[in-house]
Amino acid sequence: MSAEPLLSLKNIRVTFGGVRALKGVSFEVNPGEVHCLAGENGCGKSTLIKVITGVYKPEEGAEFVFDGKPISGMTPTLAQTLGIQVIWQDLALFSEMSVAENIGFQLAVTGKFGLINKRAIDEAAEKALARLGVSLDIHQPLKELPIAQRQIVAIARALVGEARLVFMDEPTASLTQSEADYLIGIVRNLSASGIAVVFVSHRLAEVLEISHRITVLRDGALVGVYPVEGMTQSRVTELMTGRNFDSAVIAADHDDAPVVLSVRNLTRNGEFVDVSFDLRRGETLGITGLLGAGRTELALTLFGMHKPHSGEILLEGQKVSFGSNRDAIRAGIAYLSEDRLSLGLNQPQSIADNLVMASLDRILSGGLISPTRKADVVSRWISELGVKIGTPDDPIRTLSGGNQQRVAIAKWLAIGPKILILDAPTVGVDVGARAGIFEIVRKLAAEGLSIIIISDEPPEVYFNADRVVHMADGRFQAVYDPRRASLNELESAVYA
Amino acid sequence: MKTLVQKFNAAFGADMGGPVIAFVAVMLIFGLAADNFLSMATFGSVAFQLPELGLLTLAMLLPLLTGGINLSITFAANLSGLAAAWVLQAHGGVDAPASAFLFACLAALATGAASGALTGVAIAYTRAHPILVTLSMMIFLRGLGEFLTRGGDVSGFPAYIAPIGHGSVFGFPIPLLIFIICVALWHVLLVRSKLGFGLLMIGSNMEAAHYSGLNTRKILVLVYTLSGLMCAVAGIIMLARFNSVRVGHGESYLLITVLAAFLGGINPFGGFGRVLPVFVALIVLQLLSSGLNLMGANQHLATALWGVLMIVVMAARTLASNYRIFMRKKA
Repeated sequence: MSAEPLLSLKNIRVTFGGVRALKGVSFEVNPGEVHCLAGENGCGKSTLIKVITGVYKPEEGAEFVFDGKPISGMTPTLAQTLGIQVIWQDLALFSEMSVAENIGFQLAVTGKFGLINKRAIDEAAEKALARLGVSLDIHQPLKELPIAQRQIVAIARALVGEARLVFMDEPTASLTQSEADYLIGIVRNLSASGIAVVFVSHRLAEVLEISHRITVLRDGALVGVYPVEGMTQSRVTELMTGRNFDSAVIAADHDDAPVVLSVRNLTRNGEFVDVSFDLRRGETLGITGLLGAGRTELALTLFGMHKPHSGEILLEGQKVSFGSNRDAIRAGIAYLSEDRLSLGLNQPQSIADNLVMASLDRILSGGLISPTRKADVVSRWISELGVKIGTPDDPIRTLSGGNQQRVAIAKWLAIGPKILILDAPTVGVDVGARAGIFEIVRKLAAEGLSIIIISDEPPEVYFNADRVVHMADGRFQAVYDPRRASLNELESAVYA
Repeated sequence: MKTLVQKFNAAFGADMGGPVIAFVAVMLIFGLAADNFLSMATFGSVAFQLPELGLLTLAMLLPLLTGGINLSITFAANLSGLAAAWVLQAHGGVDAPASAFLFACLAALATGAASGALTGVAIAYTRAHPILVTLSMMIFLRGLGEFLTRGGDVSGFPAYIAPIGHGSVFGFPIPLLIFIICVALWHVLLVRSKLGFGLLMIGSNMEAAHYSGLNTRKILVLVYTLSGLMCAVAGIIMLARFNSVRVGHGESYLLITVLAAFLGGINPFGGFGRVLPVFVALIVLQLLSSGLNLMGANQHLATALWGVLMIVVMAARTLASNYRIFMRKKA
């Protein structure tokens, strides 16, 4: 490893609409190093990567040096030319196209005479895969490959562009343990051939296994840069969250409370199989598992948006069958979508309209919407959930993620629900605001609301639910009581 | 100055600014250029010409607010008029009794509603783009109408119908009265009704509205049905004004209705807009055309100027919003 860093950033500041996303962060990567960028959701990791790749411009005073040369105006094109590549979590691949076309698509775009040179693409794909020490059928359509191999394709595509620094955003989030191990082997190969890799991951075990150094961000600020030797998982968690989690379990017994929701052998072909559980009044059930485990599909079925193929849903002892989510809402089931941007909230519309959207019938007077009732409902929930707003007529997209989520929760509380399903409630919510969201959830549970929290981060459900279910391959695998099982047990089951 | 703008926005809504400025500009320019502009004659000509275009614009408005469009409005109005005409002719034509006229109106409304409902069902259940669905509907209605009338006029109605197109009560033109009642209905619908709320919500994000429990299909079917009903009202007024029905009448209004809606501050992508600014915008368009008419200009020049006005308004809007962003950055 040379003394001169490959990439060196100092004093990076970025502000979005008054919210400081990065507060003077510095970051350094050495050639051939595997470097981990760690931090909770919303800590500024993605923003930092986007600054490095020229998507966002840092504010005045930033220092940006790549390969010994200062760079003043980074652009995505310049980043490509310098060999800085990012593999985003969603991979940004073309599922209908072949492996070779996906790897060599930049060549296809810039072919001679505007024509596509198929042979050049195939050769480039073969070469890139060979460098990774992988053999794939390059003519196979991408959609036929398992997710781990698609990851390989995305990495191979980065290598076609002569990469010197590769960012991997949550590369193992949807992989099983053996697939993740395989990927880690490939990252080692890259590192050995002199390519620096920056790894963004929640899975601390693999981070500690693979990285040379760790940079920890919290709430848009640099916590520190640490050599990996001597680091433990709990130490990294503490650095990331700034809290010690050992005593934060809230789980309690609710055996005396009446059962509100009973699910019996619920199955929807291809999504989830034979799911059974009871949810009691005031109880919080956590469901965790990898992406694609069938969590959201189960939630949408409970919410009446999909029909189960077999099994039963009983609400307070009565068998129910929902024709649409309107039936579910009428029965008192609310579902906070994981996708707040396009499904959970109507972003261009006002805060007030979003808040009353699900409970219009409650603000009618003589068949028409009563402006005074509407204003009453809006101001009541805004103050009850502590939402920080300008005026209720502002578009909801002007709020921060945390405040948007509070409005989304308020929208459902306004229907007077019995059961609230929260699907990934802290996605895009920064660290400080996350705690606030869970405070609200706890208060609601104490008031007797039955809650289901779905999350792909095991700690989130472990510390905020009475019981945690591990879901994988569409099945409930096991139930954990946070008071008896350790977080480590749960995490190793989820990532096994 | 700034506080004045804020006061105006608070009282009338920010989307009222453009149409009101255009209104003042047109009044000033024509008032100075043509000395007989500010007269009862101008008022009369506007009052009797406005309702036709106005009612069709109301028919266009709701689909636009859902992020869709209804290209079949003019032919739906024609076909509704035809339905009324036939009922009248079947009951004696010129001698048809008043009860027959009532029945004729119901037939027209039923025809308009049916064509709208069919369009709405097709859009809601196939998820095909409203441009395609309503274009098909427009061609279907035109073809059907031309086939049934062999391209000719249907005329010969009882004399008591004419006042609906030409008459006045207490000096107030009856067609204008009908139009204003419809404007009021649409205003209440958009501002106060569940349907109005829902159609604006699906206009900016249909999926989010669906996830919040709004019945998006029902809303779409109702929106296009109401659009068809409004076409029928326009069809009846047209029947009364011309004492005849011909398929193709009012065809040139189709795109003008879209223009009037956008001039009235309707968001071209749906989700945002109110009726009253559109009402003012319609008056501006009509004043422009009547004013030019008074000055002896060619009617086609008026149409050309409508286009110019639209471009000016769009440009002004962009400048205004850039200015607002600039001010916010400075603040």
